[in-house]
Amino acid sequence: MTHPTDHDTVPTRPLISQPRMSMRMRSNLWVWCFLAIPLVFYVVIRFYPTFNAFWLSLTDWDLMSDAEFIGFENYRDMFADDDFWKTFWNTFEYLIYGTPTSLVIAFVIAYYLDKVRFAHNFLRALYFMPYITTAAAMAWVWRWFYQPAPTGLINGVLGEVGIGQIEFLKSTTWALPSIMVTAIWAGLGFQIIIFMAGLRAIPDTYYEAARMDGLGEWAILRKITLPLLKPTMVFLVVFISIAFLRIFDQVYNMTTNDPGGPLGSTKPLVLMIYQTAFSSYDMGQAAAQTVVLFTILLVVSLLQLWVLRERT
Amino acid sequence: MTRLHLLAGASAFACLAGSAQAVEIEYWQYIYDTRVEAMDQLIAAFEEANPDITVNQVTFPYADYQTRIVAANMAGQGPDVMQLFYGWADKFIEGGLIQPLPEDVFPPEQIEEEFFPIVSAMERDGQYYGLPTAVRSLALFWNKDLFAEAGIEGPPETLDELIEIGQQLTQKNDAGNFEVVGMTLDMAGQDHQWWREVLVRQMGGQPYSDDYSEVTYDDEAGTEALQFYTDLANVHEIGTPGFMDEGQAAFRAGRAAMTIDGTFRLGSFSEIEDFEWGVAELPANAEGLQSNYASYFANAIGAGAEGEEYDAAVKFLEYISSEEAMAVWLDVVGELPARREAAMTDENMADPIYGPFLAALPYAHTTLFVDEAAQRQVAIDMANRVLLEDQSPADSIAAAAEEEQEIIDDARD
Repeated sequence: MTHPTDHDTVPTRPLISQPRMSMRMRSNLWVWCFLAIPLVFYVVIRFYPTFNAFWLSLTDWDLMSDAEFIGFENYRDMFADDDFWKTFWNTFEYLIYGTPTSLVIAFVIAYYLDKVRFAHNFLRALYFMPYITTAAAMAWVWRWFYQPAPTGLINGVLGEVGIGQIEFLKSTTWALPSIMVTAIWAGLGFQIIIFMAGLRAIPDTYYEAARMDGLGEWAILRKITLPLLKPTMVFLVVFISIAFLRIFDQVYNMTTNDPGGPLGSTKPLVLMIYQTAFSSYDMGQAAAQTVVLFTILLVVSLLQLWVLRERT
Repeated sequence: MTRLHLLAGASAFACLAGSAQAVEIEYWQYIYDTRVEAMDQLIAAFEEANPDITVNQVTFPYADYQTRIVAANMAGQGPDVMQLFYGWADKFIEGGLIQPLPEDVFPPEQIEEEFFPIVSAMERDGQYYGLPTAVRSLALFWNKDLFAEAGIEGPPETLDELIEIGQQLTQKNDAGNFEVVGMTLDMAGQDHQWWREVLVRQMGGQPYSDDYSEVTYDDEAGTEALQFYTDLANVHEIGTPGFMDEGQAAFRAGRAAMTIDGTFRLGSFSEIEDFEWGVAELPANAEGLQSNYASYFANAIGAGAEGEEYDAAVKFLEYISSEEAMAVWLDVVGELPARREAAMTDENMADPIYGPFLAALPYAHTTLFVDEAAQRQVAIDMANRVLLEDQSPADSIAAAAEEEQEIIDDARD
């Protein structure tokens, strides 16, 4: 398109002959044009399947034959199934033990890392590394760490110093904590970065004032740092909670021989859904389990909104 | 249009005109190096004999394989010829994923005459829905070097010998940890098949009713079979579940003197260079009763194949079920020919590796699974309840039988 310039000898015509759109309308139009792409994507790829899952949970769809409406039978079966409740509590075990542990460790590391000047960036990168590593690869490395001697690193060391073997992944008691440790470790990097950003955001003047008033480090931490970190913590609690409620990669990769085992002691909801859907092809039942997970996640998210509203 | 375009267009037209009947079909199987390689060879030979047909091999990881077929079929993009586990037949027929083989090319009487009887698992109401290239059975792999070290001449022939020899072969370090296990214990591997179709029968029981609709191992024989299996770890201490993660890994690493595995493992064990290994028939019981579990992947024609693609698919299936193809498969994958004549040759029977597998085929059983993964899980949990939670074998068997019956009933109703 050529624009009229000073050198043009012919009179210039107005560029737009139609009634002009206001600046505001035009920018709105542009905004919606750009928004339409992700919007359509989300509606088709996310929202539609989500709502469809509610419908599927009321059917007996097995992928091969047509779905038939069976009312709440899937839910009745599910709530009567001991395996479901075991999985349900497993999921909460990951959540209840995993979230506070992650939070405390991440805070302690961030708090001290913030004070360290020597090799600060290097250390930060070191902590962040696990977060950007593929979960599956990490899970397999840990799986081998946990093996009995002679292959397992940890048990090998224990054997060297004459301590008995720990049946990490082969024990119904220790398998879940063993897997949880790797999940906590993998998530730490991100949480540390968020905590450090939160710490940096607290104005130095508060600390200076406190020190002038003669407050000790402990009191400063308790009265200034922690209260001002609350928004960061709320965000992290929700973020970590959702991550633990959706745990799958670590468990699946560390127990592929006996998925979620031994004896279902490590199986989280997502793995159960995966098996019901893609191993037994019981899509209706899997959808019902998904609805339960969705409800839990929704409650956690709403709780976050409520807590945040309290503060402002 | 440039000259180049014109040229390209002209030559494309020439190609089309040259082979007016060129047809392309898709063959699907899961990823397993030797199987993919064998199929590449077969496709090359087939295409040479049938220049107008192109076969594209498409492969997926085993974990996704079934899902891919089902999903592709729903989208109308299913394969023309596919490999499927015999145990999926019911589901695939009911779901309209595969179509029956044409009787003029594959007459049922002829199939029954020429193939091993276990192919009947692909037959429904007199119609065959697929044919295997190869069948697989189980055997005892033994590490010859470890046997020689311990001064033991050959593999055990009975279950009692298995325990006795296993104990002699087991090595522990000062801390009491296994350095070498006499035998691998891996329910998630092939041990669940060994338990189900071999041990239960050897203890005088029967794992299922004849049509596999009813679980019948919840009795003394079943309990005894489970007791025998778990005692290998708890009492005789010739191995421990999960040693080196997987049984086959322990054997490969030379840290297991014996392991029970299938023909499909031959390909990967053939890469072992650190020690010599041998194959023996599974140990018999004291009365000499032998049993085995045989299984196979069949090739079937996809429901979506029609017209000239269907004709090409039939032709291809005929070729990959031929004796010629079976010889290639045996050579590359190490799986046994599904046709009696191709299998039971003097040369094969005398083969120190194939011999023991072939010898088992006449007395082997084929479990009709309805949900293999779920039924395997039942067996894994059954053993774990005894091994990890000290439940009595009788209680554990009862729970397993109930659980498995439920899976079968759910699938069959």
